[in-house]
Amino acid sequence: MTTVATTRDELLAIGDDALVAAQRLAQWCSRAPEMEEDVALANIALDQLGVARLVLSMVDNEDTLAFQRDDREFRNCLLVELPNEDFAVTIAKLLFLSAFQLHRYVALSTGHGQLADIAAKARKESAYHVDHATLWTIRLGDGTQESHRRMQDAVDELWPYTHELFVGNDLRATWLSTVEPALATATLQRPADGWAPSGGRAGLHTEHLSYLLAEMQVLHRAHPGARW
Amino acid sequence: MVSPRAAAAAVVDPEIRVLTIEELGVLRDVSVDPASGRVIVTITPTYSGCPAMDVIRSDVEHAVRAAGHPDVVVETALRPAWSTDMISESGKAKLAAAGIAPPGPVLLQLAPRCPHCGSPDTEQLSRFGSTACKALWRCRACTQPFDHIKAL
Repeated sequence: MTTVATTRDELLAIGDDALVAAQRLAQWCSRAPEMEEDVALANIALDQLGVARLVLSMVDNEDTLAFQRDDREFRNCLLVELPNEDFAVTIAKLLFLSAFQLHRYVALSTGHGQLADIAAKARKESAYHVDHATLWTIRLGDGTQESHRRMQDAVDELWPYTHELFVGNDLRATWLSTVEPALATATLQRPADGWAPSGGRAGLHTEHLSYLLAEMQVLHRAHPGARW
Repeated sequence: MVSPRAAAAAVVDPEIRVLTIEELGVLRDVSVDPASGRVIVTITPTYSGCPAMDVIRSDVEHAVRAAGHPDVVVETALRPAWSTDMISESGKAKLAAAGIAPPGPVLLQLAPRCPHCGSPDTEQLSRFGSTACKALWRCRACTQPFDHIKAL
């Protein structure tokens, strides 16, 4: 049984994962490899943003939290802040993140209260995200030599960052039961466990988060309290 | 005078304008506080990030006020989570008539029939479509693309 998150830091971890993932995914808008994928990634970003707003609103004013915190005050995992780079990197990231979010929301939804209600809704959306990422992982991994190489590179590059997702919870075994079959079907090697960078949950981030926040917050910081 | 319930129920979904929010299953409850006369309307989002919620909230307030009930608040409930099973039968019929393939039961995921020619020979182009709640499909028989409300 996973502990139901109640502390401010635990709520921020859930909300910030979704918020930063939404911002990264939205950067694909008008740049995805095909129009349908453009729409898909924007929709997934919107789902993430919706959950972020609901969860952050449990902590404080959502706009204050999103637009007026510095990087050290964010509690998202490092995985979501890493740059988009290759499309395969975005897909690997989405597979790892959405499989984690699905199991986290399922665990949270068995509880009571506002967070459980949010999770009960979000888990259904996450299931679609996992499906979407899995389909692409298989298509690229089991595709051409070139797409296989790039998908494997992406999985290898991001795998170390998945360990941080399971700090303070026992969801890794369940997560592996979703991710490993997807990688196997995609004819991809499941990387060995080793280096496990972390720090995001304590506010120690990569430099990439600062650039992401600069873009996300610039308007609000230039015009505090502006409305339209 | 139009009742608060009737006024709220007649509000049209801003993204799928052939449906009312009642038919879509977004309208949860309308109650009137007997002491103050305040109307409390409860709605639920289809998707967590549904951008139409702010517009729906505002449209409901306007509609209830215009019906002669000036004191109205709109509240949001998340549980039970919205499901496409909450779309009424009349709502599904209106979707089909508007060229949007309605969802089947959540536990029975069959390919939707083409809303234009009725053929069951359809294929999914993308799981995500023009709004959060839709997927993009194409009919192999008449070759027309169409929106499908995906089962959730």
